[in-house]
Amino acid sequence: MEMVTLTIDGIKVEAPKNSTVLEAARKAGIKIPTLCFLKGVNEIGACRMCVVEVKGARSLQTSCVLPVSEGMEVITNSPAVRESRKVTLELLLSDHNLECPTCIRNLNCELQTLAEELGIQSIRYPGVKSKAQYDDFSPSIVRDTSKCILCRRCVSTCHNVQSVGVISPNYRGFETVIAPVFDMSLNEVPCVNCGQCILACPVGALKEKDDTHKVWQALADPDLHVIVQTAPAIRVSLGEEFGGELGGIVTKKLPAALRRLGFDKVFDTDFSADLTIMEEGSEFLDRLQNGGKLPLITSCSPGWIKFCEHYYPELLDNLSTCKSPQQMFGALVKTYYAEKTGIDPAKIFSVSIMPCTAKKYECQRPEMFSSGYQDVDVVLTTRELSRMLKEAGIDLRKLPDEEFDEPLGISTGAGAIFGATGGVMEAALRTVYEIVTKKELDNIDFTEVRGVDGVKEATIDIDGTKVNVAVAHGLANARKILDKVKSGEADYHFIEIMCCPGGCVGGGGQPILSAEERWEVDYREERANAIYEVDRNMKLRKSHENPAVQTLYKEYLGEPLGEKSHKLLHTHYTKRDLF
Amino acid sequence: MAVALNQQQDFIEKLNKIEDMLKKYQGKRSALIQALQEAQAIMGYLPIEVQKLVAENLGVTLSEVYSTITFYSFFNLKPIGKYHIRVCLGTACYVRGAEKVLDRLKTELGIEVGDTTDDLKFTLDGCRCIGACGLAPAIIVNDEVYGRLTPDKIPEILKKFE
Repeated sequence: MEMVTLTIDGIKVEAPKNSTVLEAARKAGIKIPTLCFLKGVNEIGACRMCVVEVKGARSLQTSCVLPVSEGMEVITNSPAVRESRKVTLELLLSDHNLECPTCIRNLNCELQTLAEELGIQSIRYPGVKSKAQYDDFSPSIVRDTSKCILCRRCVSTCHNVQSVGVISPNYRGFETVIAPVFDMSLNEVPCVNCGQCILACPVGALKEKDDTHKVWQALADPDLHVIVQTAPAIRVSLGEEFGGELGGIVTKKLPAALRRLGFDKVFDTDFSADLTIMEEGSEFLDRLQNGGKLPLITSCSPGWIKFCEHYYPELLDNLSTCKSPQQMFGALVKTYYAEKTGIDPAKIFSVSIMPCTAKKYECQRPEMFSSGYQDVDVVLTTRELSRMLKEAGIDLRKLPDEEFDEPLGISTGAGAIFGATGGVMEAALRTVYEIVTKKELDNIDFTEVRGVDGVKEATIDIDGTKVNVAVAHGLANARKILDKVKSGEADYHFIEIMCCPGGCVGGGGQPILSAEERWEVDYREERANAIYEVDRNMKLRKSHENPAVQTLYKEYLGEPLGEKSHKLLHTHYTKRDLF
Repeated sequence: MAVALNQQQDFIEKLNKIEDMLKKYQGKRSALIQALQEAQAIMGYLPIEVQKLVAENLGVTLSEVYSTITFYSFFNLKPIGKYHIRVCLGTACYVRGAEKVLDRLKTELGIEVGDTTDDLKFTLDGCRCIGACGLAPAIIVNDEVYGRLTPDKIPEILKKFE
């Protein structure tokens, strides 16, 4: 790598030739404030927070897009630089809805932090505020442009990371607003509800639709039997909201916390993840052996499902008909569990804790009423659960370890790894291999489908049959695989697609990290590593060995792909318009 | 009824024409502004139906198309009337009462700035300095300048276009 030498604040710094001044400064331990910059996603030099003085340049330069050059002399902290940043920030604040204490991002807001760091104590620019839009028609995502600072991090994420592209800057100058076409609601355009825009937003302009009040109400109702399921990815992220390390494992704190909130039963979505493997593994074998539609594509991720319905309707027949683990769980709670316990399903209130905003949409789909009721009543994101716990004065760190309730809280390591990209594929391979070969796997770790690469491919030998698998996470990566399938270029048998980068550990409902933290460490990788640690420490690590799932088939469902499974655990899809 | 049918026919014919025009831009994202200009030359404005055609053919999102149209002031989202009235709101006109002239135009035409009358006769817009400061306050109707206006002169001017 060709290196250049430059001086930053009098310090000699070596940096790769194609790097930016911002990167070089960071390596030298010099902090330059940023706002619109989101490493690898949005590097456009728009907000002018990162300006620096460069010797010989006529005006201040934006360091996030300024390439280093030999002999360059940079000053990051001069009176002119500081004043420029202050003016910029004050102008941003002058058109900002300053209701900070009641904002969902209070104390986790990059604008707020910058105002503190730059010592802003008054705003010198009173004046009119731009016209704001408040859009809460989507079941998943709320837009409040009164807080938007037009950084475009959400736009880049939506267009480039997810290749969805339903929000853009509309109009110009002071009238500019980040919005869907014709200022419609997100609900009226082909948004897939993934919530990656929320994770990218430095302020409170994008947030999840808050459903905590519905759960508070249910918990306070003595007539309701309120149950909760928790997704695999929650156990490696909720701790972060309570000051824990990135990817800290809180599996056993979860039941304790949820019981203290007042839930009657605390169950685990990992259980129905195992069940999903039984159904989906059987479906894969059925298609493989009986000439069914291949490749089979996983269907756990509701953002991905809606993406497929809008953008790749010609591949709908390739989707597994299996519902997601959340919805399988929901259908069983108000049928199997209700029968088993003798509780009137009308009195069961079913809540799920998900790393996902698209799940809020999924639970309202008309196909998700198989029990005769809405199978899952309310979906809360990791962030909403954390707010409820804080409101109730429950500190996760101070809780004792507890276990999930039986029987729907029993799970295996295969269920747990659903939370990371490649996990569903690996869990399925563990089971499919053993069912087909009737032999025990020597090594159950399919490491070739793990990791942060956007697209992963592998060929697995199952008793002489070569099975080509592919895994993609993040929808722009998914497109690469899907286009190959469409053109006939690829010969896959089984594909896993997760809507969010990293899989569910990187879901749009997960704790939000600042741009600085995201640059520091790959949070998805940290959480995924934790998920694999959870798996390693489980006694049972294959879905077909889950005793509660075996009992469920014996007592109630019969066999995978049987009549009852078909009614409760499988679904169908709808082609949706693109425009 | 017959008029409405004719209008619909005309609209569809123009859409077909635009679709033909777009053939040369298949998959060419970088041709967005060019394609929009040509489409507007055919239709007169850029309704959502046209935007969808452009998005589909060029392989860009509808969101990008709308974003581009609303950024550039020479693209129109709504039909433009036969007579396009632009009221100069530049400094000289403004201090000599352009706002009152504009208000009178709004009342006489019964529309807001940026709108077009239902009979598609008049479109009312504000604009920056038109270089006729000596005649302030001034307006332009299509290409003709009317200067030294007072609100009371407006009805008389509008009469010319009936």
